[in-house]
Amino acid sequence: MSAASAAPLKARGAPFRVMPGFKLSLGFTLFYLALIVLIPLSSVFLKTFTMTWDAFFSAVTSERVMASYRLTFGASLIAALLNVVFGGILAWVLVRYKFPGKRIIDALVDLPFALPTAVAGITLTALYSSNGWFGQFIEGVLGIKVAFTPLGVVVALTFIGLPFVVRTVQPVLEDAEKELEEAAASLGANSLQTFIRVIFPTILPSLLTGFALAFARATGEYGSVIFIAGNMPMVSEITPLFIITKLEQYDYAGATAIAVVMLVVSFLLLLTINLLQAWTRGKAKKS
Amino acid sequence: MDARKGEEIMSTNTTAAAGVDTALPTARRFEPNVGPVVLEPLWVRTVLITIALLFLTTFLIVPLVAVFAEAFKKGWEAYIAAIIDPDAISAIKLTLITAAIAVPLNLVFGVAASWCIAKFDFRGKSILLTLIDLPFSVSPVISGLIYVLMFGAQGWFGPWLQAHDIKILFAVPGIVLATIFITFPFVARELIPLMQSQGSEEEEAAIVLGASGWNTFRRVTLPNIKWGLLYGVILCNARAMGEFGAVSVVSGHIRGETNTMPLQVEILYNEYNFAAAFAVASLLALLALVTLALKAFIEWRLNESDADDSALRSTEH
Repeated sequence: MSAASAAPLKARGAPFRVMPGFKLSLGFTLFYLALIVLIPLSSVFLKTFTMTWDAFFSAVTSERVMASYRLTFGASLIAALLNVVFGGILAWVLVRYKFPGKRIIDALVDLPFALPTAVAGITLTALYSSNGWFGQFIEGVLGIKVAFTPLGVVVALTFIGLPFVVRTVQPVLEDAEKELEEAAASLGANSLQTFIRVIFPTILPSLLTGFALAFARATGEYGSVIFIAGNMPMVSEITPLFIITKLEQYDYAGATAIAVVMLVVSFLLLLTINLLQAWTRGKAKKS
Repeated sequence: MDARKGEEIMSTNTTAAAGVDTALPTARRFEPNVGPVVLEPLWVRTVLITIALLFLTTFLIVPLVAVFAEAFKKGWEAYIAAIIDPDAISAIKLTLITAAIAVPLNLVFGVAASWCIAKFDFRGKSILLTLIDLPFSVSPVISGLIYVLMFGAQGWFGPWLQAHDIKILFAVPGIVLATIFITFPFVARELIPLMQSQGSEEEEAAIVLGASGWNTFRRVTLPNIKWGLLYGVILCNARAMGEFGAVSVVSGHIRGETNTMPLQVEILYNEYNFAAAFAVASLLALLALVTLALKAFIEWRLNESDADDSALRSTEH
């Protein structure tokens, strides 16, 4: 209705607006956006334009920075995969089953968003160091060191990414049409077949979106990682920390060059996430 | 009607796109009142619930307990002493000041942005939405770096600032700016989908009946969006008080002057003063718990008003 009545007005070119404040609110929005976000962010790119191509290339491909990419992206990948598996199970359980304490658990899932990263960092370090609650057990029984190794980075990034998969899969599972499941069941499918053929295809886009969100967050993460990582160059030094190291050496250009690489990666991830969500939307429309 | 519904879904999705906090769209939904039609065998359910709870206990509950256990390891007196330490007090003050500046500014921005995006049609709206979400996809370290590039000694405005003896970097203004950047999208991304879903019929009616723009906003819009507004403010505040990476880059770590609470935690921890570090950390953990509790409460309120929209609106007018 409203769309139809608005159309002829638009076609005439100058829409008559009842609502006031368009220029004021849009003007302020654009001004504030430019001042706080766009101008400062553009400084990163402008700074790299002052570098020669060779200087830029050698800054972003030095041996130490390559090792930090491997760690950052590798650990983020493992952490995001862990979150897909366990976050998927968590979302499933929260939507479909009833058990005591469910509401509190549902609220607690957001803890990694609410807890400052430095607090998460020192706490995970205390837990997984050699004399910590988890650390003494893992080291004593399995002989594996977690804190101050790349494994510690994975632990911190798993913590940070935990809510993403849960929160993207949950609404899709809630909206999943029961009729389809009923139909599958009445046609003789058992619950595993129903899951593989009916439910899994429905939640796959949201699982992938959650994965991408968790991965994107993990690649930029700093606070929760630096305490538990040990920060040894070539071994357990993440890329964001390397940027800070460069800054502390007053190598602004070097720091900025690596920042540009990270920014380009996060913009590509953002694009991927948007495409994945378009796919989710398309699926939702079809059903 | 259909058109607007589509738009609403789209906007919820764009807001979730860049994101850190995708919690909202989910949590506001109704719990389905009927269980799944095909229930898995009991052993499957038990195994899945056990895995989920074990994972949650290991990664969330034990760490949360550990913060407080470590904080009180040396007893109450050491805990109190760590918190009333002058450096800790000044860190708490700076954290509160930073949030008190950053949150209202982002609140005003959030209202302005959602007003023009939700109530009007214009070209480039989806680009604007993406740009608003941008700070969420930038690493905190880079968020700090950009202000170093602008205001540092080698930065764009560095020489001018030095000549006029204005300190931004390694001082309070830098910390505030980095915090504003980091928390920039929070209020806007909560309000935009909410205001889009509410449409503008009520405001149009008020305007046509002769109310001024400001009165329309205050008497009609504000009551409708107050819970969403509060939700955004609470998330924004939690992040503003807890931000570490970006603030760490611009702060300069001057004790008693440019240390926020998370930075104070880091300094104490690096000095092996673990009990004191966890004492300050426990305050931040409490903040997180209060945030989660308020969030759950507001989600409940929003659900109520969704469920009983017309009734609620008529009582509020």
